[in-house]
Amino acid sequence: MLDFLKKPIETFQDFLFLSGRAFRNIFRSPHYADDILLQMDAIGVGSLFIVLLIGFFSGVVMSLQMSRALATYGAQGKIGEIVSITLVRELGPVLTAVLVAGRNASGIASELGSMKVTEQIDAMRALGTDPIQKLVTPRLIATAIVLPLLTIIADFIGLIGGGFIASTMMDIPFSQYWNSAWRTLEYNDLVQGLVKPFLFAIVIALVGCFYGITTSGGTQGVGRATTKAVVVASVWIFVITSLLDPLFVNLK
Amino acid sequence: MPSVPMPQDTTVVRFEDVSLHYDETPALDHLSFSMKAGQTCVILGAAGSGKTMLLKCTVGLAKPDTGHVFLFGRDVTAWTENQMFDIRSKVGILFQEGGLFDSLTVAENVAYPLENQRAAAGHPMPSPDEIMQRVRDSLRFVELEHTLEKFPSELSGGMRRRVGIARATVTAPPLVLYDSPTAGLDPITANTIINLIIKERDLRNTAAIMVTHRFLDGHLMANFRYNPNNGNVELHAKGQGEDSAVSTKFLVMKEGRLVFEGPEHELLASPDPYVQKFCRAGTS
Repeated sequence: MLDFLKKPIETFQDFLFLSGRAFRNIFRSPHYADDILLQMDAIGVGSLFIVLLIGFFSGVVMSLQMSRALATYGAQGKIGEIVSITLVRELGPVLTAVLVAGRNASGIASELGSMKVTEQIDAMRALGTDPIQKLVTPRLIATAIVLPLLTIIADFIGLIGGGFIASTMMDIPFSQYWNSAWRTLEYNDLVQGLVKPFLFAIVIALVGCFYGITTSGGTQGVGRATTKAVVVASVWIFVITSLLDPLFVNLK
Repeated sequence: MPSVPMPQDTTVVRFEDVSLHYDETPALDHLSFSMKAGQTCVILGAAGSGKTMLLKCTVGLAKPDTGHVFLFGRDVTAWTENQMFDIRSKVGILFQEGGLFDSLTVAENVAYPLENQRAAAGHPMPSPDEIMQRVRDSLRFVELEHTLEKFPSELSGGMRRRVGIARATVTAPPLVLYDSPTAGLDPITANTIINLIIKERDLRNTAAIMVTHRFLDGHLMANFRYNPNNGNVELHAKGQGEDSAVSTKFLVMKEGRLVFEGPEHELLASPDPYVQKFCRAGTS
């Protein structure tokens, strides 16, 4: 009767097994430091430019849109607070994560998927390496380190973008904007702004690896795995942030 | 589990009633066979008959649903991945398309088992010089010493297969598995590959399992020997039974079942039309 649930539940179970093994391997040797650095470079440095771009423009857009609403109440001076809270708490982490999901969950899935269909994963096992240890764990560690850093950069650039609009189009001096933006931030905001990207990173890396490593069906399968990885990772990012928000909003 | 040195006539691989289902369809269906050290086993079968799955089961890359797999006399059916690493270092595998890591150079590919297998099994690592020497030796064997710094994508299909052979044999394993070594190659390149496999087998006296859909490959394996005196692979004169230990056995698989097991002359005489199809396709 509930047969239609069987497949997703089995997939989820496989995903949990993979995640368990990936986490356990963090504390086990051999460690592949080279692979971690390589992945940090690919995910972090590789995404830096686009993260800067997106961060800046999200600040700009936020500022522009809010200026009109605030003008109705004559409260343009609040622009710094609004931009800073929305960016640090929500937009910075989520936009960066969705970006990295599109860029790297797909990259990871297609790379591991191609390795899977050309039997390189089996070859790895046959030649004495645990593919989870060699492929999944380094990507997990690298993403978990790099995504919070990217988020911080995106937040910072976003605040500058907001300030740029405030000072050029709203006649609010940049120092005043920056002051109010900076002072609004509380410990709670920062924690939430850093816990989120950390969790998103785990989801992005593991989902990408999971769909990559379970690819079947040749080159077509690689395409399907890549698409699934991006879609599933993005959806989970929004699910996680909606689950976390009530928790943090009520924390004072 | 102490490892015991093996005399020549021990069983290297033994399958006992092995079944494996892939989704709903059986990939292996109550399969039983065994092969001895130094023996060559040629497995014929159409695409999807479970040949590759049989090789994967042999080294634990796939686990059977029922039945037992014995490797070097030990029941490895229930072994964990970590336990398998040690025993896998005694088995070389050539994957269907070579299975080379395309992010690594040819030299790094061939060095991979030397660097990782021993470490995984808890042995000390060989020195970089020693590794390099063995990589060169192995690549010289397949006549590709000049490709050390190339990437697999820069090589032709036949060359990739040869690098795969070099990687499979660099640790000098007593058992080598070849998964469709000639698939997708032109006949001349295919014969070069088979000659290399024969040379490898006869020089090191390794046991070999070869999965193929070409009867000719099996025919060559059964009747040709490497002659170390002139370096050629030659037709082995019948009746000179001094190296009878190098016997070749044919297995024919159909939909996961074993439909034939025996030497070449019995294969050729088999009345089964499915079995005959392979012989005719090869000889014509």
